[in-house]
Amino acid sequence: MNLNIPPIAIYALRRLFQAIPVIILIMIGTFLLLKLAPGDTVDALVGDMGGADAAFIARLRAEYGLDQPIWVQLWRYMAKLATFDLGQSFVYEQPVTTVLLDRLGTTLLLMATSLSLAFSIGIVLGAFAARRAYSLTDNLISTLGLIFYATPSFFLSLMMMLLFSVKLGWLPVGGIKTIAGFYTGWDHVVDVARHLVMPTAALSLIYLSFYLRLMRSSVIQVADQDFVRTARAKGAGETRLMVHHIMRNALLPAVTLFGLQFSALLGGSVVVETIFTLPGLGQLAYQSVIQRDMNTLMGIIFLCSIIVILVNFLTDLLYARLDSRIELT
Amino acid sequence: MTVLDTDLRPAEPPRYVMFWRRYRRNRAALLGLILFTLVILMAAIAGIVDSGDPLRRAGPPLTAPFIDASIPLGTDQLGRNILSQLFYGARISLLVGVVATLISILIGIVIGAISGYFGGWVDDLLMRITEAFQTIPNFVLLLTLVAILGSKIEWITFAIGIVSWTAPARMVRAEFMSLRNREFVDAARNLGVSNSALIFKEILPNALPPIIVYASVIMAMAILLESALAFLGLGDPNYASWGNMIGQGRAVLRTAWYCSAIPGIAIVLTVLSFSLLGEGLNDAMNPRQKQ
Repeated sequence: MNLNIPPIAIYALRRLFQAIPVIILIMIGTFLLLKLAPGDTVDALVGDMGGADAAFIARLRAEYGLDQPIWVQLWRYMAKLATFDLGQSFVYEQPVTTVLLDRLGTTLLLMATSLSLAFSIGIVLGAFAARRAYSLTDNLISTLGLIFYATPSFFLSLMMMLLFSVKLGWLPVGGIKTIAGFYTGWDHVVDVARHLVMPTAALSLIYLSFYLRLMRSSVIQVADQDFVRTARAKGAGETRLMVHHIMRNALLPAVTLFGLQFSALLGGSVVVETIFTLPGLGQLAYQSVIQRDMNTLMGIIFLCSIIVILVNFLTDLLYARLDSRIELT
Repeated sequence: MTVLDTDLRPAEPPRYVMFWRRYRRNRAALLGLILFTLVILMAAIAGIVDSGDPLRRAGPPLTAPFIDASIPLGTDQLGRNILSQLFYGARISLLVGVVATLISILIGIVIGAISGYFGGWVDDLLMRITEAFQTIPNFVLLLTLVAILGSKIEWITFAIGIVSWTAPARMVRAEFMSLRNREFVDAARNLGVSNSALIFKEILPNALPPIIVYASVIMAMAILLESALAFLGLGDPNYASWGNMIGQGRAVLRTAWYCSAIPGIAIVLTVLSFSLLGEGLNDAMNPRQKQ
């Protein structure tokens, strides 16, 4: 039987079926974990109100379904999740989905800029270092990479703030745009870009060092292989050799790392967004932990898992595109 | 001609001597070793440098470094001695780094060994769980765990161990999968050695070297995670920690930047020492890998 389904669609379906149990596992685990936390939403609400009588607390619990046994609560939560209903945020008094979608744009923008920066600069520097392996240039680049790797993003953020905002006054300290600016068109774009310079730099430097080191060893390895010697013997110039023959093959491990690092990068955005008061998912995660807004926290974990799985899927597609020896199965 | 005249090669020096010779060839690795020893020294002599509580008031608040000889690195906004906080902070960083690494490697070895040795549905199940842990951004999971367990240093260390076991588990699994059908394992199995003895006595010792090298990476990451938590105000407030110092120094960044810069440099150097150490160990253990 041959239904004319393109292989890529079959592959995507397969991956979807593999991802679903993982997501269900994550959500059940998180739900049970959060139930272990001292104090529930009603405690937090009543605490905010400054206390209430026992009957009122009991009524609130019943209203939120918190008086049910834990398995019933879990079942209800998962059933609602299946329809992408993440419940209400008690802090923002909005559906969690609305709160999350409000914040998603900022985080995705930050991810996209820092990852593309880290990836492209890391790869170029790594290839550059590898071509001049064990020279002064290589040592300089590799040392820089090691120092970037060892610098915590929050420390780097503070030092950049000190230099560029406090001492020089070039860049804004925090936020995503000038509050009373009301910029439109290009002015708005420039304004947002100015606000994103430091967070992007702080987030990307660590990953830049990852790509740099990986690319350096990868290029050294590939440059040693037979097909490169053959190409050189046939008279290919050094530039052509690098771009056409070496880079394409050396890129493969870096692409794998791209998918693997994405979840760590999302985690890193918690710190950076909190420091620069960027209204994104990371800052929201920190605030929900502090304010015990469990529904929002679960929503963030759900959304982040989906994003990570999606990025990994896209990375695998890209991988297969770059290396035709790999078949999607 | 006597036996003594035959040109036998002199006996090879003991293994640790060879190891040290190979390690020493890498100058960066030597630097890492020196930095690492310095950090250990700092942690060891913290009690001698300042026998009192490092969090007590030691002088006028916000004294700049190099002004008062009794407080060489100055004080923070609460008048606490930065130098003694730095030394006691080394203790916390090392403690968290070592214990969290041990926890994560222990979990990783157990899960990876079972998964790689038995295969089949056990492997499937354990790998799904590993994937689940890998999918959640580790810092978000860490925040959640700390919110549940509280900010005591023991729990923070435990939580850091819990969020970082996936990479060692995968490494152990891969090693086990390649080793489980080797001849020496088959031979032991035919002698009637039990599964647990096969796992821990036969295969594990052969699977360990890459894990030991990777431990330096986990240790560096654990220290970074602890300091990030402390920076966000979720660390244990009863101990001097570098992350705590930077977080509190943030409030006075404009006027007294040294409050956050000094502990920041300490973190950078410590993490740097671990990476250099790890690279040195790797090169010394696999001498042929390096060209």
